[in-house]
Amino acid sequence: MAKREIVQQLQKEVLSLQQSKKPVVGQPVNPDLGELLGAFPNKTFPTGAVHEFISPNPENAAATNGFLCGLLGQLMLQKGPCLWISARRTIFPPALKVFGIDPERIIFIDLDRPKQVLWTIEEGLKCEELSVVIGELSQLGFTESRRLQLAVEASNVTGFIHRYQPRGENTVACTTRWKIKPISSISGDMPGVGFPRWDIQLLKVRNGKPGSWQFEWKGGQFHSIAPQRFSIIKNERLKTG
Amino acid sequence: MSKRYVAIWFRHLMTDWMIRRRPELKDTAFVFAAPERGRMVVKSASADAQAKGIYPNMVVADCKAILPSLQVLNDIPGQDDILLNALAEWCIRYTPIVALDPPDGLMLDVSGCAHLWNGEQAYLRDMITRFSDFGYHVRTAMADTAGTAWAISRFGQVTPIIKPGRQLDALLPLPPAALRLEPGILERLNKLGLHTIGSFIRMPRTALRRRFGQILLQRLDQALGQEIEIIQPVRPIEPYQERLPCLEPIRTATGIGIALQQLLEKLCDRLGKEDKGLRRCIFRCYRIDGNIQQIDIGTNRPSRNVVHLFKLFENKIVQIEPDLGIELFILEAPVVEELTSAQDALWNAKTHGDNVAVAELLDRIAGKTGMHTIHRYLPNESYWPERSVKLAASLQEKPTTEWRIDMPRPVNLLPKPELIDVTVQMPDYPPMLFKYKGQLHNISKADGPERIEQEWWLRNGHYRDYYCVEDDNGARYWLFRLGPYTGNAPKWFIHGFFA
Repeated sequence: MAKREIVQQLQKEVLSLQQSKKPVVGQPVNPDLGELLGAFPNKTFPTGAVHEFISPNPENAAATNGFLCGLLGQLMLQKGPCLWISARRTIFPPALKVFGIDPERIIFIDLDRPKQVLWTIEEGLKCEELSVVIGELSQLGFTESRRLQLAVEASNVTGFIHRYQPRGENTVACTTRWKIKPISSISGDMPGVGFPRWDIQLLKVRNGKPGSWQFEWKGGQFHSIAPQRFSIIKNERLKTG
Repeated sequence: MSKRYVAIWFRHLMTDWMIRRRPELKDTAFVFAAPERGRMVVKSASADAQAKGIYPNMVVADCKAILPSLQVLNDIPGQDDILLNALAEWCIRYTPIVALDPPDGLMLDVSGCAHLWNGEQAYLRDMITRFSDFGYHVRTAMADTAGTAWAISRFGQVTPIIKPGRQLDALLPLPPAALRLEPGILERLNKLGLHTIGSFIRMPRTALRRRFGQILLQRLDQALGQEIEIIQPVRPIEPYQERLPCLEPIRTATGIGIALQQLLEKLCDRLGKEDKGLRRCIFRCYRIDGNIQQIDIGTNRPSRNVVHLFKLFENKIVQIEPDLGIELFILEAPVVEELTSAQDALWNAKTHGDNVAVAELLDRIAGKTGMHTIHRYLPNESYWPERSVKLAASLQEKPTTEWRIDMPRPVNLLPKPELIDVTVQMPDYPPMLFKYKGQLHNISKADGPERIEQEWWLRNGHYRDYYCVEDDNGARYWLFRLGPYTGNAPKWFIHGFFA
């Protein structure tokens, strides 16, 4: 027993060295993601990191926004407001209430040029009183992503970069890469459309195990709807780091 | 009390200014010229050049033919505006309301000012003397209306002071150009032999309007005082202003910091008493050599927090060049808003900290990209999707109604509904399939319709029947049909994407 504790302690230390992150003060925020948390180191959702979401079409973008809002609702419970920065925003504030967010607590910043978007995201990520910064843009280079990563390492703000129709899936310095697409909802015996369901692919996660899961948003919570499949995604080589 | 206006006309604005800078040009003929369509054209000519028959808009080559010794200087674009602004600011010594009258004049609202100079005669004389001491050739006139003052200053022959109510008599012998009309109208008047205002002022108004347009009547009315003409003062008077004169000139950043701190404390103290906070603030430093250095800041929410405001100014203090020293500091707040004394937390009580960092961040973003880029939304009591949110006016504004969650709303809403082709089995049924951007979607599940009526007190139009549908691939859409099935088939639109 003692040995295991020592090993766990050492693992934590190694992780903190690898991530070069300052220790989180107080209770870490851990969204209720069930089995998906197993993919992350320490079974903890990496807050204070930059996550990358890729959506190739408007349907996937809507699903990604839904998943993001679910996470956001839980991350915003403890800390301050959220910044939503984009050049072409389509989010409809009244829909956010369903995901447990008070839409008036989100500050939307609508800019014209991608350069301004990047600057604003970086400034936002440096501000410790924000809980989350969401940036919508299509192109993100490695250098820029590295800057964002350095900003969050100092401030411990969580960043979500939502890339809509990127030209290519280039390597970036983000902690994770996600792809979320909608799947058919199940409404049981009832007619009509059921609760939103998504196929969540975690293609890349630093020091973790990538995989794919299916989740449903019901009653203000994520529900895992299929047994965990650690099957390796055939076409895409898994990357870490 | 009746109004009085003074019009000042600088007859050789640019060239007089040049002579002030280069005294050797005095009593020589010189012009400012700029290239226009591949040739040099005179923009302004000195008094001596004009005496020899050289006027603006002539080609330089022609002028050289008239006067071979003519000196040609390059025109400085925008300089006349700067000069006129500086002169207008100087004229604030005569009256607080000074307006620009481009290209070469000023308009002063001098109601109730002249008696301080012992009467109108002495007032105008003082003005002319001072300007001619500077080297500016000016003509001034005083009248009850800005229009008449302008006319007399340019064309008056008899007296520069028009007694109250005597505008009509003064205008009668003047040419129509005194009414500030466009060249086209002047040409037409001239063609008809109407060489003085007196020759057409008594004609029926309808005839004048038909031939020369409304502008002529408007100018006449303005000159006679039958229509109010509003002049735009160069610098509105700032009520929230604090001054700090210094006994010894200040030259160090520390000194400027102390002065700023003192002024901010005074200003914020006053704002605190009036339950107000500032949104914009300008700090001006008057140097002993007459130069004015200034820095300004803006805030996202009204603030009277000395520490926060000082921090915003702090980075900009280095931009001030004290040079020989600063003798006067002025701090003013042009934009001031209500701020209740109980400064409640910005957001919910769940937050710790007072969100100063967030407000500061937003101030920085607004400074870089503009205030209009920052939005916050509040619920609005309307079912119509486009009107169901409204912009929050400030960062503290709280929602007055609840956000509705009883009906499904899409996460992504298209800025404008887009037309789609659909196949519908029966009226009032959801579509079986629809085509959007060339792609066919088979609908497997659908909810609806949710009928949303157009709000007739705001706009006319058909109602919308909204359907929430899911296609074979699991993607969820928000579609609507515009209006009922009568005659032509109604149009279908896609309006959003569900998560």
